[in-house]
Amino acid sequence: MSTTIDKVATPAPMAAPRQRGYWGTVGYRLRHDPVTLCFGALLLAIILSAVFAPWLAPFDPYRESIIRRLKAPGYMGHMLGTDELGRDMLSRLLHGGRLTLTMGMVPVLLATLIGGGLGVVAGFLGGVANAAIMRVMDVFYAFPSVLLAVAISGAMGGGVLNGMIALTLVFIPPLCRVAETATTQVRNLDFVDAARATGAPLRLVLWHHVLGNVLGPILIYASSLISVGIILASGLSFLGLGVKPPEPDWGLMLNALRQAIYVSPLVAAMPGIAIFLTSVSLNMVSDGLRAAMDVRS
Amino acid sequence: MQPLVEVEDLSVDFVTRESRVRAVNGVSFSMMPGEVMCMLGESGSGKSVTMRALMRLLPPKRSEIGGRIRIAGQDVLAMDDRALRRMRGGVVSMIFQEPMTAFDPVVRVGDQIAEVVAQHRGVSRREGLRRALELFDLVRIPSAERRLQAYPHELSGGLRQRAMIALALSCEPKLLLADEPTTALDATVQIQVLILLRSLQRELGMSVVFVTHDLGVAAEIADRVAIMYAGRIVETGSVREVLRSPLHPYTSGLLGSTVHDQPRDRALETIPGAPPDMRALPPGCSFAPRCPQALGECASGPPPAVSPAPGRVARCLRVAAPQQPEYA
Amino acid sequence: MSMSASPAIPPPPLPWRDNDPRDRGGPQQPLLIVRGFKKHFPIRGGLLGRTVAHVRAVDGVSFHVRKGETLGIVGESGCGKSTVARLLMRLMQPDAGEQIFDGDSVGSEGGLSVAELRRQAQMVFQDSASSLNPRMPVQGSVAFGPMAFGMPKAEAMALARELLTKVGLNPALFGGRYPHELSGGQKQRVNIARALALKPRMVILDEAVSALDKSVEAQVLNLLQTLKRELSLTYVFISHDLGVVRWISDRVMVMYLGEVVEIGPADQLYNAPKHPYTRALLASRPAMDPDHRREEAPVSGDPPNPVNPPSGCRFHTRCPFAEPLCASRAPSLGDSEGGAHLAACHMQDPDSGHSQARLQ
Repeated sequence: MSTTIDKVATPAPMAAPRQRGYWGTVGYRLRHDPVTLCFGALLLAIILSAVFAPWLAPFDPYRESIIRRLKAPGYMGHMLGTDELGRDMLSRLLHGGRLTLTMGMVPVLLATLIGGGLGVVAGFLGGVANAAIMRVMDVFYAFPSVLLAVAISGAMGGGVLNGMIALTLVFIPPLCRVAETATTQVRNLDFVDAARATGAPLRLVLWHHVLGNVLGPILIYASSLISVGIILASGLSFLGLGVKPPEPDWGLMLNALRQAIYVSPLVAAMPGIAIFLTSVSLNMVSDGLRAAMDVRS
Repeated sequence: MQPLVEVEDLSVDFVTRESRVRAVNGVSFSMMPGEVMCMLGESGSGKSVTMRALMRLLPPKRSEIGGRIRIAGQDVLAMDDRALRRMRGGVVSMIFQEPMTAFDPVVRVGDQIAEVVAQHRGVSRREGLRRALELFDLVRIPSAERRLQAYPHELSGGLRQRAMIALALSCEPKLLLADEPTTALDATVQIQVLILLRSLQRELGMSVVFVTHDLGVAAEIADRVAIMYAGRIVETGSVREVLRSPLHPYTSGLLGSTVHDQPRDRALETIPGAPPDMRALPPGCSFAPRCPQALGECASGPPPAVSPAPGRVARCLRVAAPQQPEYA
Repeated sequence: MSMSASPAIPPPPLPWRDNDPRDRGGPQQPLLIVRGFKKHFPIRGGLLGRTVAHVRAVDGVSFHVRKGETLGIVGESGCGKSTVARLLMRLMQPDAGEQIFDGDSVGSEGGLSVAELRRQAQMVFQDSASSLNPRMPVQGSVAFGPMAFGMPKAEAMALARELLTKVGLNPALFGGRYPHELSGGQKQRVNIARALALKPRMVILDEAVSALDKSVEAQVLNLLQTLKRELSLTYVFISHDLGVVRWISDRVMVMYLGEVVEIGPADQLYNAPKHPYTRALLASRPAMDPDHRREEAPVSGDPPNPVNPPSGCRFHTRCPFAEPLCASRAPSLGDSEGGAHLAACHMQDPDSGHSQARLQ
C-alpha cells in the first residue's frame, strides 16, 4: 500500500492545504470585499443609531412647535430641519428607525424559522408531506404580497403587532419555497444517499448533510427580504395600518410629509432616503454574502 | 496541396480578476484537406480549448488567444464578426458531446435545419426543408420524413447525435470539429456513429478534428493523432505508429493503463500521480514529475519538439532527433 | 434449458477468509441472493397527475454473489443496472422480490433490518463530486458513518485518517480539505474510504471509475483489487465499460432493458458469449487497431425505451436472429445459483422452436 501513497501524495499538485474551515473561508472573503464591507458598515451604523436613538437624538421627537414648522436643515440647531408639526427631523428619523427596522426584521426572522423549517421538512420528506405543505403555500402565493399584507393587517385592525403578524404571514410562503427548492436539490445529490447508506438515522443525515447546505441560500434570501419588509412596513404605515401617529416611523413620516414636498422638498425626501439607504445596504450585504458563501467559485 | 488548417504556436490564457491560467501552451499543427486528426488527452489537457480556439468560440472577455491560426488560407484571429460568422457554419462547423445543446428544444428539428440552410444559402424555407430531408438521408436516419417533424426530446440519443451531424453538415463545411461526440452514447450506438462519421468524411472529403479521451475511438477514426498533456501537444504521428510504438512516455503510459483484456491476476499499469495543476506547472517538461524515465535535465526547461521520423514529432528529451523538426 | 449442461460448482474465489464473526452461513452460503427484483417507476401525466405508464427499470432480476467474489454487471443506459444498486442498498424499495444477505432475508420479519444490512454492505457512487458533502472536510465525511453508530468523535476521526492512508491519501495533507479542493481521482478515493468506514463485507461500486481519466482509472482499479484482498471484501461492480468489468470481475451479468440476458464466469462469457446482445456489445467495442477497424455496426438503432419494452424477448427488435417466436414468448434465463453460464435466449433452448436452437 505504501507505494500507492507515495505515488499519489508526493506530487500533490495543490498548493499547501488551506486549513481555514468553511466559515473561515467565508469570513476571509468578506474581509477582502470592500463594497460589501462599506455597505455593511453603513448598515451597522443605521442599526446602532436606531438602537441608541434616545441617547443620540438632540430633541424630543414628540415636541411640536407651531412656529418652527418645515424649517430647512440647520435651522436653530435642527440639523435635518423640522417636519410639518415643527418636530426635529433628526430625532424622529433616529427614533423612527427603531420601529421601522423592528417591523422589517422581526417578521423576516419569524418567517425564516417557520417558513424555512416547513420548506426543509417538505423538501426532505417529499411525497405527500411535500405536496400538502407546498399546495397550502401556493394559495398564499396567489395574492400579490402588498395586497396580502394590507388585507391581513386591515382585517386584524392595524397596529404594530398586527402589522408584524401580517408581514410574517406574507413572508412565510416565499421562504418556504426557497427552502424547499434548496432542500430538494441537496436531497437528490449522491452524498445524501451515501449518508443514508451508512445506515445513520434520518435526523443525523438531515442535521449534518442537508441543513448545512441549505442554510446558506435560505439566509441569503431572508436577508434580502428584510429590505422588502422595511418597505412593506412603511407601506402599511403609509396607509394608516401599521404604526399610528404620533409614533415616529419612516413610512408614516413619508406619508405625512407628502404635502410638504413643494414647500420643503429636502425635508420631505428624508424618510425616503433613510428607507432607500437601508434597503440598498441590506441588498448589497446579502449579495456579498452570497458571493462569499459560494465555496466553489 | 495547401494545408487546410495551419496552427502555429497557439496559446490560450483564461483571465480572471485574480488569476491568469494558460490552458493551451504553444500548440502547432497543420492539417491537409480530407485528413482526420484526433486530439487525445485527459480532462484539462487543453484539447477542447484548442479546438474551440480554432473557431474562436472562447469567451472573448475572459480568454486571450495568441499565435497564428489559418483556416482555408484565412487568418482566423484577424477576422471581424462578419467574417467569423461566415466561417462558422460555412467553412467550419462543430458537433458536441451533448446534442441537446445544439438544438432549440421547442422547435422541430427539421425546421431548425431548414432555417440554417435558408439563412446561409439564401434559399427559400421549402428548399431548406428539402435539403434537410437529404441531410437526414445522408446521416442514415430511418424514416427521415417523419423524424424531421420531431422535437429534439422525441429523438433517441443516437438519432439526436445524427440529427446534430446533419445540422453541422448542412452547409457543406470543409472542416468539421467534433468535441467528444460519441462519449455520452451507449456502446452499441457509439460504434454506429463512428462508422457513420468515417463514411461521411470519406464521401464528403472534409477534414475532421476529433477530440476524445478514448484511445479506442481514435483508433477507429483517426488518420493522425495529437496527444495533449497539460496544454501542450507532446506527441503527434499517424495513428498506427503512435498506437504501436509510442515515443513519449505519457503516450505509452496512457496505452498501458487503458483497460483492454489485460490478464486479470496482475495489477494494471498506471501512470503515478495526477495531472498537474495548470496554475502551477512544473518548470520543465510538465510530465516529468510523473515520468518513470525522467532525467535531471527534464526539470530545466520545456523539451523542444523533435522529429525522429517523417511525420512524427515528440516533445521528450529521451527521443533522439536525426532530423530537423518540420515545425516547432 | 441449458441447466443440465451447467459445469460443477467452482469453489469460492480465494481471498475470502472464514474468520469473520459476522459470517453466518459458511463458505458455501452466497453472501447475497436476489430473487425476482422488480422496480417500476410510475410516469405521471395529464391534468390530475395520474399514473399513465411505468418505466420498467428492473423487471424480474435474480442473481447471487458468492463470498469473496466480484460480480460485474454490464449494460447500456436504461438497462436498470444502477437501479439494481440502489435497490440492493434499499435506497429504493423494490416493488417485488427477495434479497437474502448471508442467509438472512432483508427487510422481512425476523430477518436482517435495513440498518443492519447497511452496516455490512456499502456503496460507492459514480459522481465522485456530488457524492461528497461540499461543506464538510473529507475526513468528516469518512467519519460520519462510524459517528452515527456511536463511535466517539476522536476515535472516528482517527479511523478516518487511517482509512485515508489506506486508500492512498496522506491524511495530514488531504483530511482537512473540502471536496472541491481534490481532483476527481482523489475524491473517488475518499468515497471508497467512506464506504470502508463501517467495515462492510460487501461493497457495491456503481460506475465508480467511469468518470475518471484513464490513467487515474487504472490506479483506482488497482486500489480496489488490493483492498478487496486485504479486507476480504465482496464486490458488485457495475459499469458500462466492458474492458474494466472483465478485468475486475469473477463473474459477469449482462442486463438489457431491466432484465438479465446473460450471466456467467467472466472468461467464458467474454470468450464464448451466448446471447446475441452480449455478442453485439462485445463487437461494438472499438478495435484498438487502425488496420482492423469495425466496418459494420453489430446492431442498428438505440436501445428501446424501458417505458414500453418490446414484447417477448426484449432484444428481438434489434436482434439479427429474431424470429416470430421471439416477439411472442419471453425466453427464460434459468436458475443461475450454481454459477453456470446461462443466457436468456430461445437459441439456447433446444425445445424452444427457434430454427437456430442448439442441441446441447
